[in-house]
Amino acid sequence: MIEDPYLGKYITCVSARSTDKEILQKAQDGGIATTLMVYALEQGIIDGTIVAGEGDRPWEPKPLVAMSREDILKARGTKYSISPQISWLKEATRSFGLDKVGVTGVCCQMQAVRKAQLYPINMRDVPDKVAFTVGLFCMENFPYKSLQTIVEDHAAQSLSSVKRMDIGKGKFWVYTNRGNVSSLPIKATHKYEQPGCHVCLDYVSNLADISTGSVGSPDGWSTVFIRTKKGNEIWSKAVAAGMFETKPIEDVKPGLDLVTKLAKEKIDKNRKTVEERKSFGVNKALRNPYA
Amino acid sequence: MANKIKLGHVHLSGCTGCLVSVADNNLGLIKILDDYADLVYSLTLADVRHIPEMDVALVEGSVCIQDHESVEEIKETRKKSKIVVALGSCSSYGNITRFSRGGQHNQPQHESFLPIGDLIDVDLYIPGCPPSPELIRNVAIMAYLLLEGNEDQKALAGKYLKPLMDLAKRGTSGCFCDLMTDVINQGLCMGCGTCAASCPVRAISLEFGKPQGERDLCIKCGSCYGACPRSFFNFDVMEEFESISEIIAGALK
Ligand SMILES: Cc1cc2nc3c(=O)[nH]c(=O)nc-3n(C[C@H](O)[C@H](O)[C@H](O)COP(=O)(O)OP(=O)(O)OC[C@H]3O[C@@H](n4cnc5c(N)ncnc54)[C@H](O)[C@@H]3O)c2cc1C
Ligand code: SF4
Ligand code: SF4
Ligand code: SF4
Repeated sequence: MIEDPYLGKYITCVSARSTDKEILQKAQDGGIATTLMVYALEQGIIDGTIVAGEGDRPWEPKPLVAMSREDILKARGTKYSISPQISWLKEATRSFGLDKVGVTGVCCQMQAVRKAQLYPINMRDVPDKVAFTVGLFCMENFPYKSLQTIVEDHAAQSLSSVKRMDIGKGKFWVYTNRGNVSSLPIKATHKYEQPGCHVCLDYVSNLADISTGSVGSPDGWSTVFIRTKKGNEIWSKAVAAGMFETKPIEDVKPGLDLVTKLAKEKIDKNRKTVEERKSFGVNKALRNPYA
Repeated sequence: MANKIKLGHVHLSGCTGCLVSVADNNLGLIKILDDYADLVYSLTLADVRHIPEMDVALVEGSVCIQDHESVEEIKETRKKSKIVVALGSCSSYGNITRFSRGGQHNQPQHESFLPIGDLIDVDLYIPGCPPSPELIRNVAIMAYLLLEGNEDQKALAGKYLKPLMDLAKRGTSGCFCDLMTDVINQGLCMGCGTCAASCPVRAISLEFGKPQGERDLCIKCGSCYGACPRSFFNFDVMEEFESISEIIAGALK
């Protein structure tokens, strides 16, 4: 077990991508999140999973309890806006009747699941029915109106024409269905970030069973941390079953150095924000959830 | 095996649903009563008439201040117990009894109800209406480790119980508005939706990723704030979620 101050506890880290061509067609990166949940469903490790499906407006995510391969595939691709995944956590064990719940989401949502497991407050049945969690790396998120402003005003694209969005190489990228590509410097998006993200001290979903993101691996591939015993068991089986191509993370560029650098930047910056909240007013502090 | 601790259930103005939640640990409760705790007082389950000495008192319900016996009972509970736990939202926050205002037969003057923390010092809260069986179970095991464990176990129990002790220090009111005043207004909400999942009356929805409360539906149980990962998030415990879950499961084997 490796215990890294910025990357959390993990057993191994690899670069990987799915071998399922259909999943890869619309996956954000290596299709890890989708493939793992499809595999877990087919193997009976989970009987349903919370994913970020399509919402009422273009590129507005909406949490969904998916119980079929088809529904899990509907959630492919990163939606850079808030998807309150955990709002379905208890209901998944009620009207949906699930015994083994899967959860996908960003770092803070993995934190919410672990808190509900250790300190279930009006969360009966949840602690023992969470079966598998896949967490995404996350630098920050945007309210829907922010995303609208970024795409429609800054990138000058209509949201309904967009095929894919991506943050990388210092830019926010927008790809349209008709083949156009627009980008804007990530700096221009800072003021639209969700304020609650500025106290977030987790970049690579430290509390998930398995976490995955794009940073560190080449395009079309994902960086994957296998963290818990459960995560390790599922990952080993899935690799043995031929679900993934993998490479040791040491053999890929830019590799873990860049992941560590970005994790450090995020956590150091946000720690400072948490610290500054202590003297935000005159002899008055803002609240610190970590105190 | 170290000594068993003395556990009691004190029933004030509650509905016994909290005790049902205790019992809904099924064989887990039997295991706890076999190995870790003696139930020395519980009017629902045993014939002990008066409040005895207790290591841990699980107090359910709020206190009617026009009912002399209830007031005496909560004071007596404090005197006789090492650790007083407010079990459930009535005891912690008043909950539905916050809406009581008297005027009903046969005691129309029984109009004022307070959470126990307004009358005695409370060590720890288990919020929830109903409280989750698993949280009650965890607190019982951790209280045992705190009182009877070795140094490592005491340290673990201390850090596990701390946020529930902090909730007891924070105050005696619970409401949807906690999410506004102490999370959203504080710049801490990140739209995870946990509050909506925890609400027992579906008073919370998320609009554009932020909580929207139906405050006339809210029964003032305080669950949403307790469950919110931006109310308390103690990394020292959360990072150990795997081993702590194993310890709890191991204790119940
Ligand atoms: C807000 C946000 C910020 C991110 N920031 C970074 C970053 O800084 N660096 C980095 O390397 N990676 C980041 N990622 C992760 C990355 O964009 C991919 O989501 C990840 O690599 C998974 O790709 P995949 O091909 O395995 O997923 P796919 O197989 O395409 O599946 C997509 C998965 O993402 C989930 N999802 C999509 N949108 C959301 C959302 N809004 N909230 C919660 N879950 C969602 C779906 O439920 C699904 O499980 C971010 C993701 C999000 C949602
Ligand atoms: S930055 Fe943190 S708080 Fe914000 S969405 Fe990502 S994981 Fe959640
Ligand atoms: S649980 Fe807390 S952080 Fe999550 S949406 Fe509700 S108020 Fe916001
Ligand atoms: S909104 Fe729901 S969970 Fe929050 S205090 Fe009211 S009833 Fe309880």
